[in-house]
Amino acid sequence: MTLKNYTFLQICQMIIIPAFFDTLKMLVISGIISTILGFFLGVILIITEKGGLCENVVVNRILDFFVNMIRSFPFIILMISIIPFTRLIVGSSIGDQAAIVPLTVAVTPFMARIFQNSFKEVDPALIEAAQSFGASKRQIVFKVMLKEAVPSIISGLCLAIINLLGATAMAGAVGAGGLGSVALTYGYQNFNQQIMYSICAVLVILVAIIQYFGDWIYKKLK
Amino acid sequence: MIEIKNLKKIWEDDKSSVLEDINLTIEDGDIYALVGRSGAGKSTLLRCINGLTSYQGGSLTVDGCEIKDLKDKELREFRRRVGMIFQHFSLLERETVYQNIALPMQCWKYPKEETDKKVKELLELVGLTDKMNARPRNLSGGQKQRVAIARALTMEPKILLCDEATSALDPKTTNSILELLLEINQKIGITIVIVTHQMEVVRKACNKACILEQGRIADEGTVRDIFIRQPLSLRRLLGEEEIHLPACGHNIQIAHMVNDIRDGELFGRMSKELDYVFPILDGKIQEYQNDSMGIFVINVDDAHLEQVTRYLDEQKFTWREIKNVDKTEA
Repeated sequence: MTLKNYTFLQICQMIIIPAFFDTLKMLVISGIISTILGFFLGVILIITEKGGLCENVVVNRILDFFVNMIRSFPFIILMISIIPFTRLIVGSSIGDQAAIVPLTVAVTPFMARIFQNSFKEVDPALIEAAQSFGASKRQIVFKVMLKEAVPSIISGLCLAIINLLGATAMAGAVGAGGLGSVALTYGYQNFNQQIMYSICAVLVILVAIIQYFGDWIYKKLK
Repeated sequence: MIEIKNLKKIWEDDKSSVLEDINLTIEDGDIYALVGRSGAGKSTLLRCINGLTSYQGGSLTVDGCEIKDLKDKELREFRRRVGMIFQHFSLLERETVYQNIALPMQCWKYPKEETDKKVKELLELVGLTDKMNARPRNLSGGQKQRVAIARALTMEPKILLCDEATSALDPKTTNSILELLLEINQKIGITIVIVTHQMEVVRKACNKACILEQGRIADEGTVRDIFIRQPLSLRRLLGEEEIHLPACGHNIQIAHMVNDIRDGELFGRMSKELDYVFPILDGKIQEYQNDSMGIFVINVDDAHLEQVTRYLDEQKFTWREIKNVDKTEA
């Protein structure tokens, strides 16, 4: 039996919709984990830099090096090269859960840079003012820098999540499920243009929704 | 009381000296001006007072407590007693006026009711009760500075540091902020240290001043004294080094407080008593707190010089001879 025996609606129900939820799952889980990790990395990067709240050039250099290094890997290569690490964590290198590991690893440095840049935009005079009334370093980070940087962080996160969506599609190439894998196996390799383009359409809509939602929150918070 | 002795500061980057040999005492209740051109080190000196920047030599004590010896926690505790306001207000743009003022008390974990009471009290003091829920971006510069003043006063500091606090404001708003500072100074007896390059701020609000030139104290004393003496550093600051005066005769600058004598009276009487008519080349009357100060330049010929100067000495006027800076001769 081939796919030709089914109507497009049935294909949607059987393949595309579950794949959509797989993608969403990868997106949400790795998005949340990488945001949290990225936040801490970003904070460490900004406070240890020269003239920062807890200046520490050595820590800053090392972190900066790793962030740059991971960001310079093409995602598909990164995913393959950290397979042992992925196995160690989830016990397998195939499937959605396994894909979450390299996705998180790939996006965390990107998130860290977004946080770092957003914090950098906070007026240093504000930090000085907070110091002048005796705020602690933690209070400066959370009550001043984070609060002031929120809109800029939101628009950055939006960018990162769209990036992450692209990566989830790529993860499909090496065994993860999701829209990317369906477009590749059922669409491209099966010469089924209908499936391929309908998945493209779904992705376009998804990106548009994320972007629109991000802009909306940005405007709300600004 | 703030006592600064032989203070020295060097930039860590290039070892260049920022402040050298600074000696001054600021008494409780003073409104003290640190003036100088940009780069003279006045803002840096101000930041030494609350430990925002370190110094390498000498001592700076506030009520007997040496700032550079304070550890992190002690320094934070110390800063509660020293409020600070800035040129560009430094308010959280995304928070309301109320939240901005409440922030220091929140950081120090005051009870909610106490914070609320204090914030409302300060909002009334600075006259912004109706703007409580507005955001800084919807306020004018003067209003923003009022919010910053309220924020600086939340923890009832004994000292208020003002870093070019009026430099970004128009003259009228500057006056209203200065009036507010004077009011606070009188009401709660807070010591105020003002860093500024605007001489009218010094004249209107301060009782003592120190002129900094290239990291050193060029002149220091009561504002009244400095303006009457018109030292070179003050004239340099005002950009009045070169006035074009006639080359003949002697040009004498006279400074006096208007309350002491009416100007017309001074020159009229002098002219009459000496039976000598002289030209007035330059004259200005500047507002100085509740008084005004007149500064005049008259031209006296050789024959009458001694007579005139003797008269001025007898009448106890501050005077000095000024020379035209002749560029061709130089």
